[in-house]
Amino acid sequence: MSKVGKIARRTFLIGSAAVVGGVAFGVYKVKTPYANPLEEDLAAGAATFNPWVVIDGDTITLIGPHGDKGQGVAHSQAALIAEELDLEFGQFEVSFGKPDKAYWNTAMASEGVPFMSTNQGFAAESMRSVMGGVMKLMGMQGTGGSTAIPDSFVKLREAGAVARETLKAAAAQKSGINTTALKTEAGHVILPDGTKLSYQELAPIAAGLDPVTDVKLRDPSQWRLIGKPMQRLDMLAKSTGTQAYGIDIETEGAVHAAVKVNPRQGGVLNSYDATTAKSMRGVQKVVEVTNGVAVIADNTWRAFQAVDAIDFDWGEAPYPAEQDGHWAALEASFNDDQLDSKWRDDGDVDAALATGKAITTEYRAPYVAHAPLEPLNATVLVEDGGVTVWTGHQLPRMLQQMVAAITGHDQDQIDFQNQYMGGSFGHRLEFEHVRQATEIANQMRGTPVKLTYSREEDFAHDFPRHPGIARAAGTVKNGQVEALDLQVTMPSVIGSQMGRANISVPGPDSQISAGSWNNPYGIANFRMRAYRAPELAPVSSWRSVGASANGFFFDCALDELIHAAGADPMQERIRLMDHDVSRKVLEAVAEMSSWGGQLAPNSGRGVAYVESFGVPTAEVVEVTNTPDGIRIDKVWVAADVGTVVDPVNFENLVQGGVVFGLGHAINCEITYADGMAEQSNFDSFEGMRLNQCPEIFVKGLENGNRIRGIGEPPVPPAAPALANAIFAATGQRIREMPFSKHISFA
Amino acid sequence: MQLVVDGKKHDVDVEEDMPLLWVLRDELNIKGVKYGCGIAACGACTVHINGEAVRSCQTFVSDVDGPVTTINGLGTPDALHAVQEAWVETQVAQCGYCQSGQVMQAASLLAENPTPTDDEIDEAMSGNLCRCGTYPRIRAAVKLAVTKTQGV
Repeated sequence: MSKVGKIARRTFLIGSAAVVGGVAFGVYKVKTPYANPLEEDLAAGAATFNPWVVIDGDTITLIGPHGDKGQGVAHSQAALIAEELDLEFGQFEVSFGKPDKAYWNTAMASEGVPFMSTNQGFAAESMRSVMGGVMKLMGMQGTGGSTAIPDSFVKLREAGAVARETLKAAAAQKSGINTTALKTEAGHVILPDGTKLSYQELAPIAAGLDPVTDVKLRDPSQWRLIGKPMQRLDMLAKSTGTQAYGIDIETEGAVHAAVKVNPRQGGVLNSYDATTAKSMRGVQKVVEVTNGVAVIADNTWRAFQAVDAIDFDWGEAPYPAEQDGHWAALEASFNDDQLDSKWRDDGDVDAALATGKAITTEYRAPYVAHAPLEPLNATVLVEDGGVTVWTGHQLPRMLQQMVAAITGHDQDQIDFQNQYMGGSFGHRLEFEHVRQATEIANQMRGTPVKLTYSREEDFAHDFPRHPGIARAAGTVKNGQVEALDLQVTMPSVIGSQMGRANISVPGPDSQISAGSWNNPYGIANFRMRAYRAPELAPVSSWRSVGASANGFFFDCALDELIHAAGADPMQERIRLMDHDVSRKVLEAVAEMSSWGGQLAPNSGRGVAYVESFGVPTAEVVEVTNTPDGIRIDKVWVAADVGTVVDPVNFENLVQGGVVFGLGHAINCEITYADGMAEQSNFDSFEGMRLNQCPEIFVKGLENGNRIRGIGEPPVPPAAPALANAIFAATGQRIREMPFSKHISFA
Repeated sequence: MQLVVDGKKHDVDVEEDMPLLWVLRDELNIKGVKYGCGIAACGACTVHINGEAVRSCQTFVSDVDGPVTTINGLGTPDALHAVQEAWVETQVAQCGYCQSGQVMQAASLLAENPTPTDDEIDEAMSGNLCRCGTYPRIRAAVKLAVTKTQGV
């Protein structure tokens, strides 16, 4: 372990957590570990560990490197450490820490491999291991893909256990009592006579010890926190207006910036006239950024007003100017040259289609915006010796690299202070706002620049979810589904997103077919072909990514075949299901909803099942066809995440995911005209409001043998379950999102 | 111009058409009030003027004709308003960004109508957008706040 003085020199690396006179613990020792950012001064040959626990004279700080977008992971990460460290809430502070390779995401890579999550065979696991190694080599610290809990579940508990056992060793040294006679409870080591030694008073001794790494994690039967309802740490602040987000950052001497960047995304700025803007009250400066202009003022509103007063001449969009052109490009992509993957080809689909009467259908999913309620923002201070960035972001190290490339600093001179995020849904994987704030601040070195997007700028540069078209053909026989041939085309979201970061990702894009190919049904003849449409408008990962559209395509196509076969939608899905954990999810949602029971007149129910991010999720939606339109009455959800860390937060996230999935399915799309997104605010991109929200009943199952994240998986089944319910209530099939183009909602 | 915000008097020298939202956030540094849309479509900026819920992003500062209460003045972490108590106990928030406005809207509803029906709750709260979809918990928290304020 590090000496006290050496830790003290590293204090800047862990932000607010001072470690003077303290100790930093780490765990998750790997064969060739990254240097612990808390202990990089260690002598050669000394053990290095990753930093998760810091104790100084006064304060215990638990470091959870995953960013909190609202999913509560700041709390969950701390709870995992506290579970083994025997800390109570209120006894510690939490920090997102500093960007570091040591925080590489161990779980993020596993989604991109051509093996179903339900396949845990040798080849699949080998490929995941290789991908994980790539992530590690890249030092890929990231929050996304519902990986925060899978990544953290073992290593953070190990971090707590190592810290606990080392503190016991310190207590043994101090008291002369063997560690086997010592216990820990609520931030103290307890001696046999009941004497309590606080972790803080033991820290200076522990700092001189080799950490005890031979630890055994507690049996789940001993868990105090995991699996029990917890009170999230951020609830008080978020109920009293005292939670600070990136947009609330106040730094001494900061100026306020607003930008307008070519709303034809990627198009250039030809010219502009800022004469009026420069004369407006509070305006200090007008500067150029890539493809746009920024106004610097003494107040956010004045900056908004002034940037609106600039006359712009924008260049053309590097994609079709009109929405029809986007659809035409997709329609033209169903050909062998653009075949991206064919990861399922079970049975003999062509033979089956030739013998029966094929039922063919086509589905569409539009561009949709992320539109987190906190508009994108970033505060940046560029000085000759280093840069400080305050914003909420999902990819801290890539952010550092991007900033360093603009300012000419080294990556380790970029001090990134991650902030609580007012939502993201994927938008905070993007860098444009940080890039612009850095470009401005680099022209005003020494002055902190706070860039806030107007809602309109946020929509104009949302990098929406990629659109898609699916073509399905299928046959039924003897009251059963016999064949399904699904073809899906989308632009590559990974190509678009990583391309903006100058990273080329070889091979097929798993997200063109995710949510379709990987559903573990045993349909006798099933083929899934994914086609890569050309790059159109720039797109980005949107909560549940490919599965958000594919779930709708696959499940509705299956539902149409089930109805054509005359089978019961629930029973036929259960019959076809070839995965025990998933079958139990379907059975659970059938039981919860009393599937098959009598419904009120004009009501109908639909069921959908989609596996995404390793989570089998089934949803039943009940609707009523009223004179005012379709009313969504109730939703039942069953999902299997292996282990539910906090049932309260789990329920909240599932309900939110259902609302997100339903809301966008009913009334949201981004369309392009003259190269620009036509929707610019929540009046034209509404989502679901409270009066439309159904009752949502949630059950978390724990039959899976691996822990999974629940941030995204509730989204994909919502749209198809609703479409299937509308069919059941009205006889009308809706094959295009948003559904409001085809039917009214109450 | 003089404003009374959360019981404190402030003199502000700003344009008459500056929205109250930005006076609160950028001139008075009251950051619990949130900017979400600027067009009164999301409700994140909701404050009370004379006890009534208004969208501060669409209220010119010169039109403010009474004392302003923000989320930071409604209650504090050490002295919670009943609605805030209910919000904490129900664990409504996810990202939490909309919740300042939700709490202010709910507090205004209960001040006017201490025992709202389900439909009245839906009607009063539907102007406040929550992108995380915490609506089931918002409904539950409003009902819990009713029981707290009614002592039943």
